[in-house]
Amino acid sequence: MYQYDHHDQTIVNERAAQFREQTRRFLAGELTEDQYRPLRLMNGLYIQRHAPMLRVAIPYGLLSSRQLRMLAHIARTYDRGYGHFTTRQNIQYNWPQLEQVPDILDCLASVQMHAIQTSGNCIRNTTSDHLAGVAADELEDPRPYCEIIRQWSTLHPEFAFLPRKFKIAVSGAERDRAATQVHDIGLQLVRNAEGRAGFEVLVGGGLGRTPIIGVVIRPFLEKEDLLSYLEAILRVYNQLGRRDNKYKARIKILVKETGIETFSRLVEDEWNLIRDSIKLDAQEIERVTRDFKTRQYQTLPTSDAQVETLLAGNKEFAAWHRRNTVDHKQPGYRAVFISLKPHGKPPGDMTDAQMDAVADIIDRYSFGEIRVTHTQNLVLADVETRKLPELWKELSSLELATANVGTATDMITCPGLEFCSLANAASIPVANGIQTLFDDMDYLYDLGEIRINISGCMNGCGHHTVGHIGILGVDKKGEEWYQITLGGSSANEASLGERLGPSVARHEVTGVMEKIFLTFKDLREGEESFLETVRRTGIEPFQERVYENH
Amino acid sequence: MKIIKSGHIVEDQWTHLDGESALPSGASVTVGLDRLETLPESERQIVSQLGVRIGPDEDVTRVKAHLHQLDLVVLAMNPFTDGRSFSQARILREQLGFRGEIRASGDFLRDQMYYLHRLGVNSFEFAGGTDLNDRLKAFSEFSVTYQAAQDEPQPLYRRRG
Repeated sequence: MYQYDHHDQTIVNERAAQFREQTRRFLAGELTEDQYRPLRLMNGLYIQRHAPMLRVAIPYGLLSSRQLRMLAHIARTYDRGYGHFTTRQNIQYNWPQLEQVPDILDCLASVQMHAIQTSGNCIRNTTSDHLAGVAADELEDPRPYCEIIRQWSTLHPEFAFLPRKFKIAVSGAERDRAATQVHDIGLQLVRNAEGRAGFEVLVGGGLGRTPIIGVVIRPFLEKEDLLSYLEAILRVYNQLGRRDNKYKARIKILVKETGIETFSRLVEDEWNLIRDSIKLDAQEIERVTRDFKTRQYQTLPTSDAQVETLLAGNKEFAAWHRRNTVDHKQPGYRAVFISLKPHGKPPGDMTDAQMDAVADIIDRYSFGEIRVTHTQNLVLADVETRKLPELWKELSSLELATANVGTATDMITCPGLEFCSLANAASIPVANGIQTLFDDMDYLYDLGEIRINISGCMNGCGHHTVGHIGILGVDKKGEEWYQITLGGSSANEASLGERLGPSVARHEVTGVMEKIFLTFKDLREGEESFLETVRRTGIEPFQERVYENH
Repeated sequence: MKIIKSGHIVEDQWTHLDGESALPSGASVTVGLDRLETLPESERQIVSQLGVRIGPDEDVTRVKAHLHQLDLVVLAMNPFTDGRSFSQARILREQLGFRGEIRASGDFLRDQMYYLHRLGVNSFEFAGGTDLNDRLKAFSEFSVTYQAAQDEPQPLYRRRG
């Protein structure tokens, strides 16, 4: 992974020192709450329902064992012994004390980490494919470009006070695992007619209150023009994006109101003025890429006798292997998911003890690195196939081998009413309620791949609009109600979910989900996935079943 | 009144004229952007120095035709969260080639001065009672920058080593 040199380290150290001084000024009354707010947000610090919430950046979701141990230390020392992994591949702490946040930033800086621009109206953490560098369907590893964008956007003097937050995702594979179509800018590595790699650029996607699928603004962008083109889009947005209404301030609204033709002409005009002055050097791409190519893979057989025996004779291992491991481009290796969705626990949470244990495990099994997925799980990207049985045993003993990745109980949820001051309704208890339908894991596996996403309010942090099943909490006269949508997806064929019907009361959600699953089983043809069935039949049969007695 | 200019605390020479009041002869005077565009040549000649004030919602490229007569462009920031002034500074320096004084005034935070300085803002006008010596420290909070800007012609990737 990318290693800081003294320049990178100095910036992070100086930012931590600056934030310590800003916090001191606030506590001394030299800064008002209104003045301190954007400053603390740009360092990931929210004031939430119970306590401040600190969001720590995990650039493109990649962590070393040393960094994971530091996250465990912070959870233990400054929080209540756990952290919460987010849909943007970051980690949040829900219980730190404001006065101690500068100390936490110093801890982070000591392991080349920070909380820079994890909130606020600025360029946020650049996200990517959790299988980057190991996926067989990859054209090129997207992470060097994420790191280059991270550096370009860090403390960018012009774009710290944008109309609204700004999120960039980069994918380098055929299958889009980075949800590039629902980001302010999505970058997809592609080859042009001459076979040269560059970027397809999408703009104006996003979730939240007005979910919109991004549109292509440039089918092919040379790598050397990456930063100048990003800068052109950001400058147009910074000047023309709406500032009168925070709900209409994202770039997606500007693109929609301006029209993509006019918007792209504005960007191209701006770009033509600056493209020659901001060239990304090939040497810099090579320098950063080198840090992501340190793997010394062994030549190993594709299969392993012990693994084959267990697959044939041990149902639990076979289920885990099927659900929680995927192919690797290198024969004899697999990528292994750690599910952070054990039934009955808050999705995405991890204790300090689990973090420490996993840090030791990745040192032994996966080159000392781990990735956070945007579905709030973890990935050990480089595990030798022959070591899967012992890894499975170790993860099982830590309660980290729940074999449900990609299934109905692997839900994305926002923190919801218990933690978030924006939420209208609970998320985590709703997820746990749905999980109670699956005491029988065979029933879960029968349903196959289903993405269920839950948000506690229309801001949509749980990405409900792109869930195969989306659940949105709404407030109805002080009570928690839920709107259900079907047919959303953030993958290549991205789509927004269609509303099933009137919202249902909290105590009805689990029953409604059961009806949806039963309807799917009745309608399913062959090995169709839930999404394929919904796309084939439409939502009507589901509506009829769910609302038959209403 | 004292201001910070080019990293030093100095006495301000400028008068900011509101409305349509007559331009004082031989003075250093700023007017609003609308007035600048209709200001007769005769009036431009009676002042010793001419400047313009631009709000965040005004198109900065409107000053292009007048830049050869301008010694000062004031970016009237309000509220401090409105980041358009930052792009205005950059466009003035990099695209319109303005070499005179660019000043931040109005509602801005000490914590924004470093960014503004990087973009080519070289003077800062504060509300009364501000500790200017304290504000001077804002320029030295960072010793390394990733991006090229007015204070550093090359991005960090061409300066590593």
